[in-house]
Amino acid sequence: MKILVMVKQVPDTATQVKISSDPKAIDTAGITWIVSPYDEFAVEEALRIKEKRGQGEVVAVSLGPHRVKEALRSCLAMGADRAIHLLDPAWEGADTITTARALAAVIKQEQPGLALFGRQAIDDDMGAVGAAVAELLGWPCASWIMEESVDEAGKAIRIGRQVEGGLEVFDLPLPAAVSAQKGLNEPRYPTLKGIMGAKKKEIKDVKAADLGMGADGPALSIVKLETLPPRPPGRIIPGEPAEAAKELVRSLREDAKAI
Amino acid sequence: MAGAFWCLVEDDRQGNPKKVMAEVLGEAGRLATQMGAPAEAVWLTDKASEAGLKQLAEWGAKRIVLAENAAFAPYRGEVWTPVLAELVQKESPQAVFGAVTTRQREVMARLAARLGAGISADSMALAVEDGKLMATRPVYAGKLLSKVTWAKTPWLATLRPNVFRPAEPQAGASPNVDKAAITLPGAAMSLVERREESATGLPELAEAEIVVSGGRGLKGPENFVILESLAKVIGAAVGASRAAVDAGWRPHRFQIGQTGRTISPKLYLGFGISGAIQHLAGMRTSKVICAINKDPEAPIFKIADYGIVGDLFEVAPLLEKEFKKLLEK
Repeated sequence: MKILVMVKQVPDTATQVKISSDPKAIDTAGITWIVSPYDEFAVEEALRIKEKRGQGEVVAVSLGPHRVKEALRSCLAMGADRAIHLLDPAWEGADTITTARALAAVIKQEQPGLALFGRQAIDDDMGAVGAAVAELLGWPCASWIMEESVDEAGKAIRIGRQVEGGLEVFDLPLPAAVSAQKGLNEPRYPTLKGIMGAKKKEIKDVKAADLGMGADGPALSIVKLETLPPRPPGRIIPGEPAEAAKELVRSLREDAKAI
Repeated sequence: MAGAFWCLVEDDRQGNPKKVMAEVLGEAGRLATQMGAPAEAVWLTDKASEAGLKQLAEWGAKRIVLAENAAFAPYRGEVWTPVLAELVQKESPQAVFGAVTTRQREVMARLAARLGAGISADSMALAVEDGKLMATRPVYAGKLLSKVTWAKTPWLATLRPNVFRPAEPQAGASPNVDKAAITLPGAAMSLVERREESATGLPELAEAEIVVSGGRGLKGPENFVILESLAKVIGAAVGASRAAVDAGWRPHRFQIGQTGRTISPKLYLGFGISGAIQHLAGMRTSKVICAINKDPEAPIFKIADYGIVGDLFEVAPLLEKEFKKLLEK
Protein backbone atom coordinates (compact mmCIF):
# COMPACT_ATOMS: atom_id res chain seq x y z
CA MET A 1 0.00 0.00 0.00
CA LYS A 2 1.22 3.46 -0.85
CA ILE A 3 0.88 6.04 1.92
CA LEU A 4 1.26 9.80 1.44
CA VAL A 5 2.18 11.84 4.51
CA MET A 6 1.68 15.58 4.37
CA VAL A 7 4.16 17.55 6.47
CA LYS A 8 4.75 21.23 7.15
CA GLN A 9 7.94 22.93 8.20
CA VAL A 10 7.37 25.28 11.15
CA PRO A 11 9.44 27.26 13.67
CA ASP A 12 10.62 25.23 16.65
CA THR A 13 8.30 25.39 19.69
CA ALA A 14 10.97 27.12 21.77
CA THR A 15 11.41 29.90 19.20
CA GLN A 16 10.37 33.44 20.03
CA VAL A 17 8.55 34.61 16.93
CA LYS A 18 8.70 38.27 15.90
CA ILE A 19 6.80 40.20 13.29
CA SER A 20 8.92 41.25 10.29
CA SER A 21 8.94 44.62 8.53
CA ASP A 22 6.11 43.16 6.43
CA PRO A 23 3.37 43.11 9.08
CA LYS A 24 1.79 40.03 7.47
CA ALA A 25 4.81 37.80 8.06
CA ILE A 26 7.21 36.78 10.79
CA ASP A 27 10.88 37.59 10.84
CA THR A 28 12.53 34.33 9.78
CA ALA A 29 16.06 35.37 10.75
CA GLY A 30 17.58 33.00 13.27
CA ILE A 31 14.61 30.64 13.36
CA THR A 32 15.23 26.93 13.84
CA TRP A 33 12.87 25.02 11.57
CA ILE A 34 11.38 21.66 12.43
CA VAL A 35 8.80 19.26 11.05
CA SER A 36 5.54 20.19 12.81
CA PRO A 37 5.28 17.77 15.77
CA TYR A 38 1.87 16.39 14.79
CA ASP A 39 3.20 15.69 11.30
CA GLU A 40 6.03 13.68 12.86
CA PHE A 41 3.40 11.45 14.48
CA ALA A 42 1.88 11.02 11.02
CA VAL A 43 5.24 10.08 9.46
CA GLU A 44 5.92 7.62 12.26
CA GLU A 45 2.52 6.00 11.85
CA ALA A 46 2.98 5.67 8.08
CA LEU A 47 6.31 3.92 8.64
CA ARG A 48 4.75 1.58 11.20
CA ILE A 49 1.94 0.63 8.81
CA LYS A 50 4.49 -0.16 6.11
CA GLU A 51 6.68 -2.15 8.50
CA LYS A 52 3.75 -4.13 9.84
CA ARG A 53 2.56 -5.01 6.35
CA GLY A 54 6.09 -5.84 5.22
CA GLN A 55 5.58 -3.92 2.00
CA GLY A 56 4.44 -0.61 0.65
CA GLU A 57 5.78 2.86 0.07
CA VAL A 58 5.81 5.97 2.24
CA VAL A 59 5.96 9.30 0.40
CA ALA A 60 6.43 12.58 2.30
CA VAL A 61 4.86 15.67 0.73
CA SER A 62 5.40 19.29 1.70
CA LEU A 63 4.49 22.68 0.30
CA GLY A 64 6.76 25.63 0.90
CA PRO A 65 9.96 27.46 -0.06
CA HIS A 66 13.42 25.95 -0.66
CA ARG A 67 14.16 25.47 3.05
CA VAL A 68 11.37 22.87 3.19
CA LYS A 69 13.80 20.39 1.58
CA GLU A 70 15.37 20.03 5.04
CA ALA A 71 12.05 18.94 6.54
CA LEU A 72 11.55 16.44 3.75
CA ARG A 73 15.12 15.16 4.29
CA SER A 74 14.35 14.48 7.93
CA CYS A 75 11.24 12.49 6.91
CA LEU A 76 13.45 10.51 4.51
CA ALA A 77 15.97 10.01 7.32
CA MET A 78 13.19 8.62 9.51
CA GLY A 79 12.48 6.10 6.77
CA ALA A 80 10.17 7.59 4.13
CA ASP A 81 11.00 6.20 0.67
CA ARG A 82 10.78 9.38 -1.35
CA ALA A 83 9.47 12.92 -1.14
CA ILE A 84 7.55 15.47 -3.17
CA HIS A 85 8.22 19.18 -2.75
CA LEU A 86 5.47 21.54 -3.89
CA LEU A 87 7.69 24.46 -4.77
CA ASP A 88 6.34 27.44 -6.68
CA PRO A 89 6.26 31.19 -6.04
CA ALA A 90 2.52 30.99 -6.82
CA TRP A 91 2.08 29.16 -3.49
CA GLU A 92 3.81 31.76 -1.37
CA GLY A 93 1.47 32.63 1.49
CA ALA A 94 -0.96 29.90 0.39
CA ASP A 95 -4.06 29.72 2.58
CA THR A 96 -5.89 26.59 3.72
CA ILE A 97 -7.91 26.17 0.53
CA THR A 98 -5.00 26.74 -1.86
CA THR A 99 -2.80 24.34 0.11
CA ALA A 100 -5.57 21.76 0.22
CA ARG A 101 -6.13 22.04 -3.53
CA ALA A 102 -2.44 21.52 -4.27
CA LEU A 103 -2.21 18.54 -1.91
CA ALA A 104 -5.41 17.02 -3.28
CA ALA A 105 -4.01 17.33 -6.82
CA VAL A 106 -0.80 15.51 -5.82
CA ILE A 107 -2.82 12.81 -4.07
CA LYS A 108 -4.92 12.35 -7.21
CA GLN A 109 -1.74 11.83 -9.24
CA GLU A 110 -0.16 9.47 -6.72
CA GLN A 111 -3.32 7.50 -5.84
CA PRO A 112 -2.24 6.30 -2.39
CA GLY A 113 -4.35 4.00 -0.24
CA LEU A 114 -4.06 6.36 2.70
CA ALA A 115 -3.29 10.05 3.26
CA LEU A 116 -1.89 10.95 6.68
CA PHE A 117 -1.78 14.44 8.18
CA GLY A 118 -0.89 16.00 11.51
CA ARG A 119 -3.91 17.32 13.40
CA GLN A 120 -2.63 20.88 12.87
CA ALA A 121 0.55 22.71 12.00
CA ILE A 122 1.88 24.60 14.98
CA ASP A 123 2.48 27.82 13.07
CA ASP A 124 -0.91 28.96 11.77
CA ASP A 125 -2.73 26.45 14.03
CA MET A 126 -5.57 26.29 11.50
CA GLY A 127 -6.01 22.52 11.68
CA ALA A 128 -8.12 22.49 8.54
CA VAL A 129 -6.01 21.17 5.67
CA GLY A 130 -6.49 17.42 6.24
CA ALA A 131 -10.28 17.58 6.31
CA ALA A 132 -10.32 20.05 3.41
CA VAL A 133 -8.21 17.68 1.28
CA ALA A 134 -10.55 14.79 2.11
CA GLU A 135 -13.52 16.87 0.99
CA LEU A 136 -11.86 17.83 -2.30
CA LEU A 137 -11.13 14.15 -2.97
CA GLY A 138 -14.56 12.98 -1.82
CA TRP A 139 -12.90 10.75 0.80
CA PRO A 140 -13.98 9.98 4.35
CA CYS A 141 -11.72 11.45 6.99
CA ALA A 142 -11.06 11.12 10.69
CA SER A 143 -9.35 13.86 12.68
CA TRP A 144 -7.29 13.61 15.89
CA ILE A 145 -6.71 9.86 15.74
CA MET A 146 -5.13 8.14 18.73
CA GLU A 147 -4.93 4.62 17.28
CA GLU A 148 -5.31 2.86 13.95
CA SER A 149 -5.07 -0.49 12.24
CA VAL A 150 -5.24 -1.22 8.53
CA ASP A 151 -6.96 -4.48 7.60
CA GLU A 152 -4.92 -7.22 5.92
CA ALA A 153 -6.38 -6.64 2.48
CA GLY A 154 -5.55 -2.94 2.65
CA LYS A 155 -9.18 -2.09 2.02
CA ALA A 156 -10.15 -0.44 5.29
CA ILE A 157 -8.72 1.29 8.32
CA ARG A 158 -10.05 1.17 11.87
CA ILE A 159 -9.26 4.33 13.81
CA GLY A 160 -9.98 5.78 17.23
CA ARG A 161 -10.59 9.50 17.06
CA GLN A 162 -10.46 11.73 20.10
CA VAL A 163 -13.67 13.60 20.83
CA GLU A 164 -14.86 15.53 23.84
CA GLY A 165 -15.37 13.03 26.63
CA GLY A 166 -14.03 9.95 24.90
CA LEU A 167 -12.79 8.07 21.89
CA GLU A 168 -14.92 7.07 18.89
CA VAL A 169 -13.80 4.00 16.98
CA PHE A 170 -14.76 3.90 13.29
CA ASP A 171 -14.12 1.74 10.24
CA LEU A 172 -13.29 3.77 7.13
CA PRO A 173 -13.03 2.30 3.66
CA LEU A 174 -9.74 3.15 1.94
CA PRO A 175 -8.66 5.43 0.45
CA ALA A 176 -9.20 7.79 3.36
CA ALA A 177 -7.53 10.74 5.08
CA VAL A 178 -6.68 10.73 8.78
CA SER A 179 -4.94 13.23 11.05
CA ALA A 180 -2.63 12.31 13.92
CA GLN A 181 -3.10 13.50 17.49
CA LYS A 182 -0.38 13.36 20.11
CA GLY A 183 -0.45 9.98 21.80
CA LEU A 184 -0.73 8.03 18.54
CA ASN A 185 2.91 6.98 18.81
CA GLU A 186 6.40 8.07 19.79
CA PRO A 187 8.23 9.21 16.66
CA ARG A 188 11.60 7.55 16.12
CA TYR A 189 14.85 9.46 15.88
CA PRO A 190 16.62 9.06 12.55
CA THR A 191 19.61 6.73 12.76
CA LEU A 192 22.98 7.70 11.29
CA LYS A 193 22.36 5.14 8.57
CA GLY A 194 18.96 6.71 7.93
CA ILE A 195 20.48 10.17 7.66
CA MET A 196 23.14 8.97 5.23
CA GLY A 197 20.60 7.01 3.20
CA ALA A 198 18.27 10.03 2.98
CA LYS A 199 20.81 11.87 0.85
CA LYS A 200 20.35 9.34 -1.94
CA LYS A 201 16.56 9.34 -1.86
CA GLU A 202 14.52 11.28 -4.37
CA ILE A 203 12.88 14.64 -3.64
CA LYS A 204 10.82 15.60 -6.65
CA ASP A 205 9.94 19.26 -7.23
CA VAL A 206 6.40 19.91 -8.42
CA LYS A 207 5.15 23.26 -9.69
CA ALA A 208 1.60 24.61 -9.78
CA ALA A 209 1.48 24.16 -13.57
CA ASP A 210 2.42 20.46 -13.17
CA LEU A 211 -0.83 20.08 -11.24
CA GLY A 212 -2.82 22.16 -13.67
CA MET A 213 -3.27 24.87 -11.04
CA GLY A 214 -3.47 28.56 -11.74
CA ALA A 215 -2.87 31.39 -9.31
CA ASP A 216 -6.16 31.55 -7.36
CA GLY A 217 -6.35 34.34 -4.85
CA PRO A 218 -6.61 33.25 -1.22
CA ALA A 219 -10.10 32.71 0.23
CA LEU A 220 -8.79 33.96 3.57
CA SER A 221 -6.00 36.51 3.74
CA ILE A 222 -3.88 37.88 6.53
CA VAL A 223 -4.40 41.61 7.08
CA LYS A 224 -1.64 41.84 9.67
CA LEU A 225 0.06 40.08 12.54
CA GLU A 226 -0.08 41.64 15.99
CA THR A 227 1.72 41.08 19.24
CA LEU A 228 -0.38 40.13 22.23
CA PRO A 229 -1.59 42.99 24.36
CA PRO A 230 0.78 43.11 27.34
CA ARG A 231 -0.60 41.64 30.53
CA PRO A 232 -0.82 44.06 33.44
CA PRO A 233 2.00 43.53 35.94
CA GLY A 234 1.27 40.78 38.38
CA ARG A 235 1.50 40.67 42.15
CA ILE A 236 3.49 38.21 44.21
CA ILE A 237 1.52 37.62 47.39
CA PRO A 238 3.87 37.65 50.36
CA GLY A 239 3.47 36.07 53.77
CA GLU A 240 3.15 32.68 55.39
CA PRO A 241 1.45 30.04 53.19
CA ALA A 242 -1.82 30.18 55.15
CA GLU A 243 -2.04 33.98 54.92
CA ALA A 244 -0.98 34.02 51.27
CA ALA A 245 -3.62 31.42 50.35
CA LYS A 246 -6.29 33.43 52.16
CA GLU A 247 -5.23 36.65 50.44
CA LEU A 248 -5.10 35.00 47.01
CA VAL A 249 -8.64 33.67 47.35
CA ARG A 250 -9.85 37.07 48.57
CA SER A 251 -8.18 38.81 45.60
CA LEU A 252 -9.61 36.36 43.11
CA ARG A 253 -13.08 37.00 44.48
CA GLU A 254 -13.03 40.71 45.22
CA ASP A 255 -10.44 42.23 42.86
CA ALA A 256 -10.31 39.91 39.86
CA LYS A 257 -13.90 38.65 40.23
CA ALA A 258 -12.64 35.39 38.79
CA ILE A 259 -14.57 33.11 41.12
CA MET B 1 -30.17 43.11 3.19
CA ALA B 2 -27.28 40.96 4.21
CA GLY B 3 -27.82 37.24 4.59
CA ALA B 4 -28.26 35.65 7.99
CA PHE B 5 -25.46 34.79 10.38
CA TRP B 6 -25.70 31.05 10.86
CA CYS B 7 -24.53 29.24 13.96
CA LEU B 8 -23.90 25.53 13.67
CA VAL B 9 -25.25 23.95 16.84
CA GLU B 10 -22.90 21.92 19.02
CA ASP B 11 -25.00 19.68 21.24
CA ASP B 12 -24.51 17.34 24.15
CA ARG B 13 -25.75 14.34 22.07
CA GLN B 14 -28.83 14.32 24.30
CA GLY B 15 -30.79 16.88 22.32
CA ASN B 16 -29.57 20.05 24.02
CA PRO B 17 -27.21 22.75 22.74
CA LYS B 18 -23.96 23.11 24.65
CA LYS B 19 -23.33 26.21 26.72
CA VAL B 20 -20.76 27.47 24.18
CA MET B 21 -23.69 28.12 21.80
CA ALA B 22 -24.75 31.02 24.02
CA GLU B 23 -21.38 32.57 23.16
CA VAL B 24 -21.54 31.75 19.43
CA LEU B 25 -25.13 33.02 19.14
CA GLY B 26 -24.29 36.05 21.27
CA GLU B 27 -21.45 37.08 18.97
CA ALA B 28 -23.38 36.25 15.79
CA GLY B 29 -26.31 38.32 17.10
CA ARG B 30 -24.15 41.37 17.77
CA LEU B 31 -22.49 41.24 14.32
CA ALA B 32 -25.74 40.46 12.50
CA THR B 33 -27.48 43.44 14.15
CA GLN B 34 -24.75 45.74 12.80
CA MET B 35 -25.51 44.48 9.30
CA GLY B 36 -29.29 44.48 9.70
CA ALA B 37 -29.39 40.69 9.49
CA PRO B 38 -30.63 37.99 11.85
CA ALA B 39 -28.64 35.35 13.73
CA GLU B 40 -29.99 31.88 13.06
CA ALA B 41 -29.16 28.40 14.28
CA VAL B 42 -28.55 25.40 12.05
CA TRP B 43 -28.87 22.12 13.84
CA LEU B 44 -27.96 18.73 12.41
CA THR B 45 -28.87 16.11 14.97
CA ASP B 46 -30.43 12.70 15.48
CA LYS B 47 -32.82 14.25 17.95
CA ALA B 48 -33.54 17.78 19.11
CA SER B 49 -35.42 18.31 22.35
CA GLU B 50 -38.16 20.92 22.76
CA ALA B 51 -36.16 22.41 25.60
CA GLY B 52 -33.09 22.58 23.37
CA LEU B 53 -34.96 24.44 20.64
CA LYS B 54 -36.37 26.86 23.19
CA GLN B 55 -32.88 27.40 24.59
CA LEU B 56 -31.57 28.39 21.14
CA ALA B 57 -34.41 30.88 20.71
CA GLU B 58 -33.67 32.37 24.13
CA TRP B 59 -30.04 32.77 23.12
CA GLY B 60 -31.18 34.85 20.17
CA ALA B 61 -31.69 32.45 17.25
CA LYS B 62 -34.40 34.18 15.20
CA ARG B 63 -34.93 30.97 13.27
CA ILE B 64 -33.72 27.41 13.70
CA VAL B 65 -32.98 25.39 10.59
CA LEU B 66 -33.43 21.86 11.85
CA ALA B 67 -32.26 18.74 10.05
CA GLU B 68 -33.19 15.80 12.23
CA ASN B 69 -32.12 12.35 11.14
CA ALA B 70 -30.57 9.29 12.77
CA ALA B 71 -27.78 9.46 10.17
CA PHE B 72 -26.36 12.62 11.82
CA ALA B 73 -25.20 10.71 14.90
CA PRO B 74 -22.43 10.02 15.38
CA TYR B 75 -20.93 12.94 13.47
CA ARG B 76 -19.44 11.87 10.14
CA GLY B 77 -17.93 14.48 7.84
CA GLU B 78 -19.02 12.85 4.60
CA VAL B 79 -22.66 12.91 5.78
CA TRP B 80 -22.77 16.36 7.38
CA THR B 81 -20.82 18.35 4.80
CA PRO B 82 -23.02 17.89 1.70
CA VAL B 83 -26.12 18.65 3.79
CA LEU B 84 -24.64 21.85 5.17
CA ALA B 85 -23.35 22.86 1.75
CA GLU B 86 -26.79 22.32 0.23
CA LEU B 87 -28.41 24.51 2.89
CA VAL B 88 -25.79 27.22 2.38
CA GLN B 89 -26.24 27.18 -1.38
CA LYS B 90 -30.01 27.38 -1.01
CA GLU B 91 -30.08 30.27 1.48
CA SER B 92 -26.78 32.13 0.98
CA PRO B 93 -26.05 33.07 4.60
CA GLN B 94 -23.57 35.87 5.16
CA ALA B 95 -21.58 33.81 7.65
CA VAL B 96 -21.45 30.35 9.19
CA PHE B 97 -20.03 30.17 12.69
CA GLY B 98 -19.20 27.13 14.74
CA ALA B 99 -17.57 26.40 18.08
CA VAL B 100 -14.05 25.07 18.50
CA THR B 101 -14.84 21.43 19.16
CA THR B 102 -13.22 18.45 17.46
CA ARG B 103 -16.13 17.78 15.14
CA GLN B 104 -16.97 21.39 14.30
CA ARG B 105 -13.36 22.14 13.47
CA GLU B 106 -13.43 19.25 11.02
CA VAL B 107 -16.81 19.86 9.41
CA MET B 108 -16.14 23.58 8.93
CA ALA B 109 -12.88 22.74 7.15
CA ARG B 110 -14.70 20.28 4.89
CA LEU B 111 -17.44 22.84 4.24
CA ALA B 112 -14.85 25.51 3.38
CA ALA B 113 -13.26 23.20 0.82
CA ARG B 114 -16.61 22.28 -0.70
CA LEU B 115 -17.67 25.93 -1.02
CA GLY B 116 -14.22 27.32 -1.86
CA ALA B 117 -14.73 29.68 1.09
CA GLY B 118 -12.25 30.98 3.65
CA ILE B 119 -12.18 29.52 7.14
CA SER B 120 -10.83 31.20 10.27
CA ALA B 121 -10.40 28.45 12.85
CA ASP B 122 -10.14 29.18 16.58
CA SER B 123 -11.17 32.84 16.27
CA MET B 124 -10.79 34.97 19.41
CA ALA B 125 -12.34 38.22 18.19
CA LEU B 126 -14.65 39.15 15.34
CA ALA B 127 -15.64 42.55 13.99
CA VAL B 128 -17.41 43.97 10.96
CA GLU B 129 -15.34 46.75 9.38
CA ASP B 130 -16.57 48.51 6.23
CA GLY B 131 -19.07 45.74 5.63
CA LYS B 132 -16.43 43.01 5.87
CA LEU B 133 -15.76 40.54 8.64
CA MET B 134 -12.37 40.64 10.33
CA ALA B 135 -11.26 37.85 12.63
CA THR B 136 -8.42 37.83 15.11
CA ARG B 137 -6.94 34.41 15.75
CA PRO B 138 -3.94 33.18 17.68
CA VAL B 139 -1.03 31.83 15.65
CA TYR B 140 2.21 30.18 16.74
CA ALA B 141 0.09 28.78 19.57
CA GLY B 142 -0.78 32.18 20.90
CA LYS B 143 2.63 33.82 20.64
CA LEU B 144 1.15 36.22 18.05
CA LEU B 145 -2.29 37.22 16.81
CA SER B 146 -3.25 37.20 13.16
CA LYS B 147 -5.95 39.47 11.79
CA VAL B 148 -7.62 37.87 8.79
CA THR B 149 -10.40 38.63 6.34
CA TRP B 150 -12.39 36.81 3.68
CA ALA B 151 -12.41 37.18 -0.11
CA LYS B 152 -16.10 36.31 -0.34
CA THR B 153 -19.11 35.10 1.63
CA PRO B 154 -20.03 32.95 3.40
CA TRP B 155 -17.54 33.88 6.10
CA LEU B 156 -16.71 30.63 7.89
CA ALA B 157 -15.27 30.73 11.39
CA THR B 158 -15.01 28.63 14.51
CA LEU B 159 -15.08 30.51 17.83
CA ARG B 160 -12.99 29.61 20.84
CA PRO B 161 -15.02 28.78 23.96
CA ASN B 162 -14.98 31.15 26.97
CA VAL B 163 -13.84 34.14 24.91
CA PHE B 164 -17.01 35.66 23.46
CA ARG B 165 -19.67 37.29 25.61
CA PRO B 166 -22.69 34.98 25.90
CA ALA B 167 -26.08 36.17 24.65
CA GLU B 168 -28.37 37.77 27.21
CA PRO B 169 -31.08 35.11 27.47
CA GLN B 170 -34.47 36.36 26.26
CA ALA B 171 -36.78 34.53 28.59
CA GLY B 172 -39.94 33.25 26.96
CA ALA B 173 -38.70 33.58 23.36
CA SER B 174 -40.41 30.91 21.33
CA PRO B 175 -38.50 28.95 18.72
CA ASN B 176 -39.19 29.53 15.05
CA VAL B 177 -38.28 26.13 13.62
CA ASP B 178 -37.84 25.36 9.93
CA LYS B 179 -37.55 21.68 9.20
CA ALA B 180 -35.06 21.57 6.37
CA ALA B 181 -35.76 19.43 3.33
CA ILE B 182 -32.46 17.69 2.74
CA THR B 183 -30.93 15.06 0.50
CA LEU B 184 -29.21 12.57 2.75
CA PRO B 185 -25.88 11.35 1.39
CA GLY B 186 -24.62 7.82 2.00
CA ALA B 187 -22.22 7.18 4.86
CA ALA B 188 -18.75 5.72 4.31
CA MET B 189 -17.66 5.53 7.94
CA SER B 190 -19.23 3.12 10.40
CA LEU B 191 -19.07 3.38 14.15
CA VAL B 192 -17.55 0.39 15.93
CA GLU B 193 -17.74 1.64 19.50
CA ARG B 194 -17.55 4.71 21.66
CA ARG B 195 -15.27 4.53 24.66
CA GLU B 196 -16.25 7.02 27.30
CA GLU B 197 -13.54 8.46 29.46
CA SER B 198 -13.97 7.48 33.07
CA ALA B 199 -16.19 10.18 34.47
CA THR B 200 -14.13 12.45 36.69
CA GLY B 201 -17.06 14.68 37.50
CA LEU B 202 -14.85 17.54 36.30
CA PRO B 203 -15.51 19.72 33.23
CA GLU B 204 -13.88 19.22 29.82
CA LEU B 205 -10.52 21.00 29.58
CA ALA B 206 -11.23 23.04 26.43
CA GLU B 207 -14.53 24.40 27.75
CA ALA B 208 -13.78 24.78 31.45
CA GLU B 209 -14.10 28.23 32.98
CA ILE B 210 -11.50 27.36 35.60
CA VAL B 211 -8.44 25.22 34.96
CA VAL B 212 -6.05 23.85 37.57
CA SER B 213 -2.84 22.62 36.04
CA GLY B 214 0.17 20.69 37.34
CA GLY B 215 3.76 20.35 36.19
CA ARG B 216 6.98 18.67 37.12
CA GLY B 217 6.73 20.22 40.58
CA LEU B 218 4.07 17.64 41.42
CA LYS B 219 6.87 15.07 41.54
CA GLY B 220 4.74 12.12 40.49
CA PRO B 221 1.40 10.97 39.04
CA GLU B 222 0.02 10.08 42.47
CA ASN B 223 0.10 13.73 43.52
CA PHE B 224 -2.41 14.90 40.93
CA VAL B 225 -5.11 13.91 43.45
CA ILE B 226 -4.16 17.09 45.31
CA LEU B 227 -5.15 19.15 42.28
CA GLU B 228 -8.23 17.03 41.56
CA SER B 229 -9.46 17.59 45.06
CA LEU B 230 -9.03 21.37 44.69
CA ALA B 231 -10.62 21.25 41.22
CA LYS B 232 -13.74 19.55 42.60
CA VAL B 233 -14.27 22.37 45.05
CA ILE B 234 -14.14 25.11 42.40
CA GLY B 235 -15.58 23.18 39.44
CA ALA B 236 -12.33 23.24 37.50
CA ALA B 237 -10.80 20.98 34.85
CA VAL B 238 -7.36 19.55 35.58
CA GLY B 239 -4.60 20.01 33.00
CA ALA B 240 -0.91 19.27 32.88
CA SER B 241 2.31 20.62 31.41
CA ARG B 242 4.17 18.81 28.66
CA ALA B 243 6.82 17.75 31.19
CA ALA B 244 4.18 15.99 33.30
CA VAL B 245 2.58 14.37 30.25
CA ASP B 246 5.87 13.25 28.71
CA ALA B 247 6.81 11.73 32.08
CA GLY B 248 3.68 9.60 31.74
CA TRP B 249 1.94 11.16 34.75
CA ARG B 250 -1.15 12.23 32.81
CA PRO B 251 -2.70 11.12 29.48
CA HIS B 252 -2.00 13.32 26.47
CA ARG B 253 -5.50 14.73 26.33
CA PHE B 254 -4.76 16.75 29.47
CA GLN B 255 -1.73 18.52 28.04
CA ILE B 256 -1.88 22.31 27.85
CA GLY B 257 0.54 23.98 25.46
CA GLN B 258 1.73 24.22 21.92
CA THR B 259 1.49 20.46 21.32
CA GLY B 260 -1.59 20.05 23.49
CA ARG B 261 -4.72 22.05 24.15
CA THR B 262 -4.83 25.81 23.85
CA ILE B 263 -7.16 27.15 26.51
CA SER B 264 -8.62 30.50 27.55
CA PRO B 265 -10.35 29.93 30.88
CA LYS B 266 -11.54 32.74 33.14
CA LEU B 267 -9.13 31.51 35.78
CA TYR B 268 -5.97 29.45 35.43
CA LEU B 269 -4.09 28.12 38.45
CA GLY B 270 -0.69 26.60 37.73
CA PHE B 271 1.03 24.45 40.34
CA GLY B 272 4.68 23.50 40.02
CA ILE B 273 4.79 24.71 36.45
CA SER B 274 7.88 26.69 35.48
CA GLY B 275 6.27 28.20 32.38
CA ALA B 276 8.27 26.97 29.39
CA ILE B 277 7.44 29.06 26.33
CA GLN B 278 5.52 26.19 24.76
CA HIS B 279 3.30 25.88 27.86
CA LEU B 280 2.69 29.64 28.08
CA ALA B 281 1.62 29.51 24.43
CA GLY B 282 -1.26 27.25 25.41
CA MET B 283 -2.66 29.26 28.33
CA ARG B 284 -1.48 32.87 28.11
CA THR B 285 -4.87 34.07 26.86
CA SER B 286 -6.48 32.99 30.14
CA LYS B 287 -8.23 35.94 31.78
CA VAL B 288 -6.67 35.59 35.22
CA ILE B 289 -3.47 33.60 35.74
CA CYS B 290 -2.24 32.41 39.15
CA ALA B 291 1.04 30.61 39.65
CA ILE B 292 2.24 28.67 42.65
CA ASN B 293 5.90 27.70 42.40
CA LYS B 294 8.87 27.27 44.72
CA ASP B 295 11.22 29.01 42.31
CA PRO B 296 10.77 32.81 42.40
CA GLU B 297 12.59 33.00 39.04
CA ALA B 298 10.10 30.69 37.26
CA PRO B 299 9.10 32.35 33.95
CA ILE B 300 5.41 31.75 34.66
CA PHE B 301 5.51 34.57 37.25
CA LYS B 302 6.24 37.01 34.38
CA ILE B 303 2.74 36.53 32.97
CA ALA B 304 0.90 35.68 36.19
CA ASP B 305 -1.58 38.15 37.67
CA TYR B 306 -1.09 36.60 41.08
CA GLY B 307 1.76 34.49 42.34
CA ILE B 308 2.67 32.65 45.49
CA VAL B 309 6.29 31.63 45.89
CA GLY B 310 5.94 28.51 47.94
CA ASP B 311 5.62 24.77 48.21
CA LEU B 312 2.57 23.61 46.28
CA PHE B 313 2.11 20.63 48.62
CA GLU B 314 1.53 23.12 51.39
CA VAL B 315 -0.29 25.85 49.42
CA ALA B 316 -2.75 23.73 47.39
CA PRO B 317 -4.60 22.23 50.38
CA LEU B 318 -4.71 25.68 52.03
CA LEU B 319 -6.22 27.17 48.89
CA GLU B 320 -8.75 24.36 48.78
CA LYS B 321 -9.76 25.13 52.34
CA GLU B 322 -10.10 28.87 51.60
CA PHE B 323 -12.11 28.28 48.42
CA LYS B 324 -14.39 25.93 50.31
CA LYS B 325 -15.00 28.56 52.98
CA LEU B 326 -15.72 31.19 50.34
CA LEU B 327 -18.08 29.04 48.28
CA GLU B 328 -19.98 27.76 51.30
CA LYS B 329 -20.87 31.31 52.27
